[in-house]
Amino acid sequence: MSADPNSPESPPRVDFRTDPSRYRHWKLNVEGPVARLALDVAEDGGLRPGYKLKLNSYDLGVDIELADALNRIRFEHPQVRAVVVTSARERVFCSGANIFMLGLSSHAWKVNFCKFTNETRNGMEDTSRHSGIGFVAAVNGSCAGGGYELALACDDIVLVDDRSSSVSLPEVPLLGVLPGTGGLTRVTDKRKVRHDHADIFCTTTEGVRGRRALEWRLVDAIAKPADFDRVVRERADVLAARCDRPADAKGVALPRIERTIGADRIAYAHVGVDIDRAKRTATITVRAPRGPQPADLPAIEAAGAAWWPLAMARELDDAILEMRANEPAIGTWLLKTEGDAAAVLAADEAMRRHAGHWFVREVVGFLRRTLARLDVSSRTLFALVEPGSCFAGTLAELALAADRTYMLALPDEPERAPALALSAANFGTYPMANGKARLAQRFYDEAEPLAAARAVIGQPLSGTDALALGLVTAAPDDIDWADEIRIAVEERASLSPDALTGMEANLRFGGAETMDTRIFGRLTAWQNWIFQRPNAVGDKGALKVYGTGEKAGFDFNRV
Amino acid sequence: MSTIDYSEKIPNNVNLSQDRTLQRALEHWQPNYLAWWQDMGPEGSRDFDVYLRTAVSVDPSGWAQFGYVKMPDYRWGIFLNPGDAERKIHFGDHLGEPAWQDVPGEHRANLRRIIVTQGDTEPASVEQQRHLGLTAPSQYDLRNLFQVNVEEGRHLWAMVYLLHRFFGRDGREEAEALLERRSGDRDNPRILGAFNEKTPDWLAFFMFTYFTDRDGKFQLCALAESGFDPLARTTKFMLTEEAHHMFVGESGVSRVIQRTCDAMRELGTDDPAKLRAAGVIDLPTIQRYLNFHFSVTIDLFGADQSSNAAIFYSSGLKGRYEEGKRADDHRLKGDHYRVLEVHDGRLAEKEVPMLNALNEVLRDDYIKDSVGGVNRWNKVIEKAGLPFRLAVPHKAFHRRIGALAGARIAPDGRVVSEAEWNAKVGEWLPTEADRAFVASLMGRVVEPGKFANWIAPPVVGINKQPVDFEYVRFG
Repeated sequence: MSADPNSPESPPRVDFRTDPSRYRHWKLNVEGPVARLALDVAEDGGLRPGYKLKLNSYDLGVDIELADALNRIRFEHPQVRAVVVTSARERVFCSGANIFMLGLSSHAWKVNFCKFTNETRNGMEDTSRHSGIGFVAAVNGSCAGGGYELALACDDIVLVDDRSSSVSLPEVPLLGVLPGTGGLTRVTDKRKVRHDHADIFCTTTEGVRGRRALEWRLVDAIAKPADFDRVVRERADVLAARCDRPADAKGVALPRIERTIGADRIAYAHVGVDIDRAKRTATITVRAPRGPQPADLPAIEAAGAAWWPLAMARELDDAILEMRANEPAIGTWLLKTEGDAAAVLAADEAMRRHAGHWFVREVVGFLRRTLARLDVSSRTLFALVEPGSCFAGTLAELALAADRTYMLALPDEPERAPALALSAANFGTYPMANGKARLAQRFYDEAEPLAAARAVIGQPLSGTDALALGLVTAAPDDIDWADEIRIAVEERASLSPDALTGMEANLRFGGAETMDTRIFGRLTAWQNWIFQRPNAVGDKGALKVYGTGEKAGFDFNRV
Repeated sequence: MSTIDYSEKIPNNVNLSQDRTLQRALEHWQPNYLAWWQDMGPEGSRDFDVYLRTAVSVDPSGWAQFGYVKMPDYRWGIFLNPGDAERKIHFGDHLGEPAWQDVPGEHRANLRRIIVTQGDTEPASVEQQRHLGLTAPSQYDLRNLFQVNVEEGRHLWAMVYLLHRFFGRDGREEAEALLERRSGDRDNPRILGAFNEKTPDWLAFFMFTYFTDRDGKFQLCALAESGFDPLARTTKFMLTEEAHHMFVGESGVSRVIQRTCDAMRELGTDDPAKLRAAGVIDLPTIQRYLNFHFSVTIDLFGADQSSNAAIFYSSGLKGRYEEGKRADDHRLKGDHYRVLEVHDGRLAEKEVPMLNALNEVLRDDYIKDSVGGVNRWNKVIEKAGLPFRLAVPHKAFHRRIGALAGARIAPDGRVVSEAEWNAKVGEWLPTEADRAFVASLMGRVVEPGKFANWIAPPVVGINKQPVDFEYVRFG
């Protein structure tokens, strides 16, 4: 069977763009301050052939809709202060990632799928943290595996107490893998379930229901079916009350992201991707705003989704997802910028000045999550600071996110020399998954280099300056530049992609851990190891034989 | 809490008086069971002396002892069919290995789930039927109802025995939960859909005991094959009792038909309105009841493709109907089975792995078996010289579970439009008016030997007693 989604004859590329009129799996309803996101998965609506999405199980296509729906809520429905995540089905909330889909998928597909679903769930928590939108999981039926992990991403979990509905993480006993979409981590780090209770919970296929689920902190409330809607509503109202989103603001519509895809090129308005297949390298270029930009709130609101920070962020986000899902062999991304640095800094200033406004706050949030997506992408990131570039403020984050940054030094031609510039946005507006600004991460929170960087906010920095401040990796001059860059890129592309993925993830997130980094690091790494092991994916592996009636055959040697 | 005289109060062949695990569990559970019976058992019946059979042992002389008993004093016992120390597992991956006398840890969750699901149906049907005593068409029928009720109670005991004896604290909690769920209670329903439906009248009761208790028979037969020996032995004994329940259903429907045919011949009409005016249930209404109970019941077998079914079989927990009599490899790997789906607007067969289709296999065995009684009902009509024939609907009709769930399919198996369905559903399933009419016939008849107008007397009584025997003394 050639069902490997990444095989050369695989079906069409994954498109992450959607909108509510195209949803097949989610129903989004907004009533005043509370939005209701109801899962109702179309069994035959799988993204790939070969499996049915039974019992509200999901695949990447279902999660793409969820990610889109969250953005619709953030931008198009500013009055929403709480979101109820529930199921439109009776007796089943969500039974998690579709096992047959996982069984048919290549390792790379599984990993990319899990990464995206992790980002979506982290995005819910990010929105709760920064925008105050509260999420209530209204668990109105059985809630297993990824279904419970979705609930775990919410602020509040209400479980229907009908004596049969349970929450469960049956991955270990049923599938021989981990609850890898944050499940293990959130049970401990977020919900503080005692580890011995968690041990029982995670090895019990039928899960835990009712009062015990409450006592073990697996849920926040239980409610009888007759009371369920009322309890959910009340708890959503409580969460809504802590949010300051405006009741009467006009939403900002998110039109479809326009792009043209060529053989080796994806072109957006503000972002371009050029692929060099021979070198397994893509150049991602982000362009500065052009022409007059809105400076005051009415103009910003009028611009809406066309406002450069949002338009650019949406395109960059789409480009990252496109490349991750559809171009796995392109292992090195060269990050470039193009245009007027002053225009970028002016946009930063507008965002800073109006940071309290709901729309601006959401735009910053979108940028924050997009940049965080870059941090956890399993690609080498090299930033190239060249003449005509605009690594300033928000766009300087691209250079700070990179594994290495090369900046051209042109001491003899100062008028042509590229400049790098910091803004206040580089000091905490866009925290990484570990909660730190990239600059602070870069200097391990050391006061001296951070103070030196802060002192030059707003100033154009030459390659020599930037190198002295530790903001770039190297600043070759024009004589060395071409060879230096070519060799660095060629050498990089020759190394083991697996080792690079592991190395980069380790080096990017040095220092203290957070729940998010533990999910992307510890949990994902273990899961990805287990996903490769014969006990999971061999001919008799638990994931392979699930549902066939065949018993998994384990190699019982501990590794 | 009072201690229990185990051997006297609870007839058993599981050495209860020596088993501390079981005693501790039952000391707590038994009073709760009696409280449940008072709350949810047959309404208004506690002081009646009912001519019931009680099982006091598993040998032929002991399993059917008749005598008057007040139902709360009924001696619900715990019986397993005699064991065979040499018994081997005869299907699935463990084929040929000794049958398990204890629950293998690996299969704990699935076995518990199977037992709880089966156990939950037993008190559920008692709850569904608790008001029927108020409208019994005769003493004979009232007694049969109570017999069914106490034996469903005993079947609950049988499942609770397994939970108490083999599943530790979890088992005790599940046993408590079996007494706490309530049929049809929105907040606290029974596990399976059909057991939350109402059994509002006696025609429904007879249909239920014919069709739905027959589902019980097939589930019990499949469990009687289990590699977990105590489950196999328990369910085997339950089957001896289940047969009576299906007899109540088959003979009950048969007597309703007999009475209707008699009226049709007397009046020389098949006009439902005239027959209804004469106080009998017209045959098309009986057909609609049949359609309803048949379709709701075959849903109980579960989805037509099920990974649980495959796992239950391969791990030796639940066999097929008459597994031991089948001549195949009893592993079924690589075998296939045809299931139905709606494809391009028609019903089409699809070949799927046999292991995943075992729910469908059991459903098909059930359908074959249930057609037999329908044929015997038709004999009654035929004997009366009438052309009408009853039939079970197509298995795709009115389904709510599996690939056919929600498909619009006529009783004859045609895929129909939503419009045709809506236009004809009143001819296919009981309408509110049908149910109201049948309800209007329900009135209590308690004089020995007398029967309500809508049902014929039985040919013989219970335990060779006359039909006008005093089966219930109202005290």
